[in-house]
Amino acid sequence: MSLAIEVRGLRFRYGSGPWVLDIPELTLERGTRAFLFGPSGSGKTTLLGVLAGVLKAQEGEVKLLGRDLTSLSGAQRDAFRAEHIGYVFQMFNLIPYLSVLDNIALPARMNAARRARLDGAGVKETAALLADHLHIGDLLKKRVTELSVGQQQRVAACRALIGAPEIIVADEPTSSLDFDRREAFLELLFAECERAGATLVFVSHDRTLESMFSRTISLLDINRTAF
Amino acid sequence: MLSLDLALKSLRNRAFSTSLTVGSIALSVALLIGVENVRVGMRESFSNTISQTDLIVGAKGGTIQLLLYSVFGMGSPTNNLSWDTYREWAEHPAIEWTIPYGLGDSHRGFRVIGTNEDFYRRYRYRGGQEIALAEGRAGSEVFDVTLGADVAAELGYGLGDQVAVTHGIGEVGFLNHDEMPFTVVGILDKTFTPVDRAVYVTLEGIEAIHFGWEDGAPPMPGEEQTRDEVLAMGEIEITQVTSFFVGATNRRDVLRLQREINDYVGEPMMAVIPGLALNEMWQGIGYAETGLRLVTIFVVLVGLLGMLVSLYTSLNERRREMAILRAVGAGPKRIVALLVLESVCLSAAGAIAGLALVYALLSAGQPIVEAQVGLFIPIRPPGSIELLFLAAVVTAGFLMGFVPALKAYRTALHDGLAVRV
Repeated sequence: MSLAIEVRGLRFRYGSGPWVLDIPELTLERGTRAFLFGPSGSGKTTLLGVLAGVLKAQEGEVKLLGRDLTSLSGAQRDAFRAEHIGYVFQMFNLIPYLSVLDNIALPARMNAARRARLDGAGVKETAALLADHLHIGDLLKKRVTELSVGQQQRVAACRALIGAPEIIVADEPTSSLDFDRREAFLELLFAECERAGATLVFVSHDRTLESMFSRTISLLDINRTAF
Repeated sequence: MLSLDLALKSLRNRAFSTSLTVGSIALSVALLIGVENVRVGMRESFSNTISQTDLIVGAKGGTIQLLLYSVFGMGSPTNNLSWDTYREWAEHPAIEWTIPYGLGDSHRGFRVIGTNEDFYRRYRYRGGQEIALAEGRAGSEVFDVTLGADVAAELGYGLGDQVAVTHGIGEVGFLNHDEMPFTVVGILDKTFTPVDRAVYVTLEGIEAIHFGWEDGAPPMPGEEQTRDEVLAMGEIEITQVTSFFVGATNRRDVLRLQREINDYVGEPMMAVIPGLALNEMWQGIGYAETGLRLVTIFVVLVGLLGMLVSLYTSLNERRREMAILRAVGAGPKRIVALLVLESVCLSAAGAIAGLALVYALLSAGQPIVEAQVGLFIPIRPPGSIELLFLAAVVTAGFLMGFVPALKAYRTALHDGLAVRV
């Protein structure tokens, strides 16, 4: 199986500050459901920024799907992210002035490659189908401000999944949910990732969810600047 | 277009601050275009003070001076023309009609104009409107006086009242022609021109009150003539006029006629074409309108700065939104485009609303302004000046949009996907 993520000799710092990341090696095979954990300040969010191509590593290789992000320009990394990565935040995931449907459809509208992967179905139809899978099919016309936190996170998951990106990055998306809802949310997310064959990188500081994943990575182990 | 769609939805989401911003731009644009319209209206009303008169003729001097004392009742005439010279020109084949003016006296600050029935028949203002009488009749006897509308209203005169004429033009002349009062026989309709502020008598009347004044000083005590004595004299001989208005038989002859009058050897005299002289005069006072326009341009800039402030201050609460947009693949350029589009939409909406406001105000206010201050503001479809203003406002909005946009760009680059406050 080919690698979804292949990081070698990565070093990153903000400006001329101290090194925040120093990761000799990190590889994830395609289709992995990886649980990446680490305490606050261990560089989780920074690593996600590098993997998503928003931040550029000063040293090393960051290969996603075989492409080295460090060799791409900012605009190329933006295009790569739009095409290949779905991203879910910890909270406040949604654009407040767009409806639920428009929020889900946003990546497909912004990127032609994501649109092309809808298998001939329309953006709206695909968004509605995903919403059905995550049990929010009746909320499509609602304003996002009317949703509960759990509903918002499911809308965010739909948005990350639309157009079948190869890699889904989730930054503690369940931390604002209670335990039962966490599990339910994760099961729905896993099912959709499996359906699309996507690799999931799930970040959390909460190890109670660890057992649900196929692979666990501790940032403390791989990042030499953390201690 | 996705960015435009996002920009519009984002603005609608902040409907209150959006409408405030659009409103303030609309008001400033309305002021800019409104001032422009009033300026055009003022200019037209100014050049329409007198119409259909081809030449104004007087003693040699300054052209603007001649225009001022003949048309606007300002300043003093330098010299008079002899009646014989006037008659000679009045019968010139190229001249169809004339209106003679005898000036130099006043009544309680209002100019007294000696003229004849040609004034009532021939004088035209604002696009060919005629002089009309509100009450009574046009003065024709030696001691008849016809009042302009403002004179009658301000001094409270009615038909049959007695009016004494002051020698000279000052407000408080002490050399009064008291021994020869005039009787009000008519009051003119309001014209919203200097005609309203003048007192019209006959040329004979002007001659009569100056009997014994030939050397410029009042007659010696005991030598004054009374009104009855003058009336007993029968026909009064007119000796001079100050200026006269000319209507040419054929407009094509006007320039030739003007040259002929200027070259006249019998007496030093000059002719001016009122339209040209009015233009020249307007240009002299044009710096005032430049100042006015400058002020309104600054008002528009302030309106746009308000937009800038409102967009800029909204950015902090929108950092989250920018991070989400970046996460779904928006590059910093798209974020710049989004904010610039927002400010273009705001300024364009403001410009259009301002234009609509101007036309609404103009159509509602035009009759009121005309009745109250006599300023006729023409309503016409937006011309190149208005379109230029609108384009300038939208362009300024576009350029100003880069200020918050570049700030958002830098914040988005720095924040990445995490909002660090």
